[in-house]
Amino acid sequence: MTEFGLRLAISLTQIAAVMGIVVITVLILTLAERKVLGWMQDRMGPMEVGPYGILQPFADAIKLFFKEDIIPAGANKFLFTMAPILCLIPTFIGFAVIPWGPNWTFEIGGISVKPFIISDINIGILYILAFASLAAYGIILGGWASNSKYSLLGGLRSAAQIISYELNVGLSIVGVLILAGSLSLVKITDAQAGGFWNWFLFALPAPQIFAFVVYVISTVAETNRVPFDLPEAESELVAGFFTEYSGLRFAFFFLAEYANMMLVSCVAAALFLGGWNAPYPGTILGLIGLPSFAWVENTMWFAVKTYSFLFLFFWLRATLPRLRYDQLMRFGWKVMLPIALGNIVVTSIAVFVHQQMK
Amino acid sequence: MSLVFFGYFAGMIALTSMLVVALRNPVYSALSLLVMFFHVAGLFVILHAEFLAAVQVIVYAGAILVLYLFVVMLLNVKQDDRYHSQWLVAAVVCVPLLIESIVLLSGGAGATDQTSPSFRSGPHDAIAADNTLAIGKTLFSTYLFPFEVASLVLLVAMIGAIVLAKRDFSEGREL
Repeated sequence: MTEFGLRLAISLTQIAAVMGIVVITVLILTLAERKVLGWMQDRMGPMEVGPYGILQPFADAIKLFFKEDIIPAGANKFLFTMAPILCLIPTFIGFAVIPWGPNWTFEIGGISVKPFIISDINIGILYILAFASLAAYGIILGGWASNSKYSLLGGLRSAAQIISYELNVGLSIVGVLILAGSLSLVKITDAQAGGFWNWFLFALPAPQIFAFVVYVISTVAETNRVPFDLPEAESELVAGFFTEYSGLRFAFFFLAEYANMMLVSCVAAALFLGGWNAPYPGTILGLIGLPSFAWVENTMWFAVKTYSFLFLFFWLRATLPRLRYDQLMRFGWKVMLPIALGNIVVTSIAVFVHQQMK
Repeated sequence: MSLVFFGYFAGMIALTSMLVVALRNPVYSALSLLVMFFHVAGLFVILHAEFLAAVQVIVYAGAILVLYLFVVMLLNVKQDDRYHSQWLVAAVVCVPLLIESIVLLSGGAGATDQTSPSFRSGPHDAIAADNTLAIGKTLFSTYLFPFEVASLVLLVAMIGAIVLAKRDFSEGREL
């Protein structure tokens, strides 16, 4: 029983650490988004709270905590309360299989512990896709339970959009799975070790550049970000599915959106950009005689890749106008889907030929 | 331990399946169907079929049920006119089924061979085993023909649905 207790304690510590990282990153993201947008549009962004506005996220959080929590008349109270939670939980669960650093194991009291991943299950990427597909429920139910036309339209739009683009996300990563021969994110990352030319984005025999483009576009659509933010299009639907939400429940939706952005960025880093592997073979800290600190360098590379991907989200938001709804659907089904399917065919043939030549 | 989990999952599946047809609000029905899909996935996990569990959630919970909800919300189904006093028909169908399953289960006709490899394989390591590979190999060797036939049937169904839906627009503007 002590072994079970120890295992539980270690797991809970890991979960707490990952949750802490996610929430802190979301706080940073809310500020970073406004700052980056500000600079791109030639203004300062938030400047009032703290030096250069760096305390703005805390001010926002406190404001949202103390706002009145309004449940509109005629709303379905149970579902109205459940929706933000249904939106938040699937996103946070997905972080359980993200490898943050090297695939080490060490022993504590007879149990082997992997410090940089909560759980290395053999269907890691499918696990993330499964829970990502559930995030749609929070949005649809939130839109329906609000008893408002704008919310309902936002929820329905988002349902159609998430189903369409989820398919493209799933198909675009199949090429990577063929190259790696595994569904475990740890094994996929390990297969990309030894320099950026081994990353699946560039790796021979089948560079996944097209798959990466499809993945990026589809995840932007799946996280309801500009230019695919039709579920919350403010010029048409007030605020879409969360029009009627206020206070802490609104904060949950907000948190879920940013956590979701972070999750897809982590997956992109792990699948296409080599995960925690540095773009050169080995690590610098390992070369200068500090191999036990090499994990610092590796986790930093993972952070750099994730944050560059997140920056891309802000960049798109500052650059592109919103698509029309029929454009969105046509683009998803008639452009993205054939590219993703074609990529699977080409990758399979290339891998097969490569194996035959050996 | 696994018996406790099985009891929980099986009980919840039975309960939520009944709620799907018993609840008055169609949205609640869809939600209890969602809970049921999750517990079916849980059953797959305790059978060490993690791949099937993930696919169960992705396909049924993630895609099909969202479409159900979509339709329920668009049609705005009235809460009352769902039942047309079909209790008699339901009873006539269900009682024989219940008797059948009781007879089958008590007679031990469906019991599996306890010495088969799936029962002997002691504690299971979810990391080591690769049941995705096993499923892939089985699908593309032993069950290749049924697999291809199933995909053909689905393709036919898809084309049929498109033809039916497109008929209204066949004349006039292209959509």
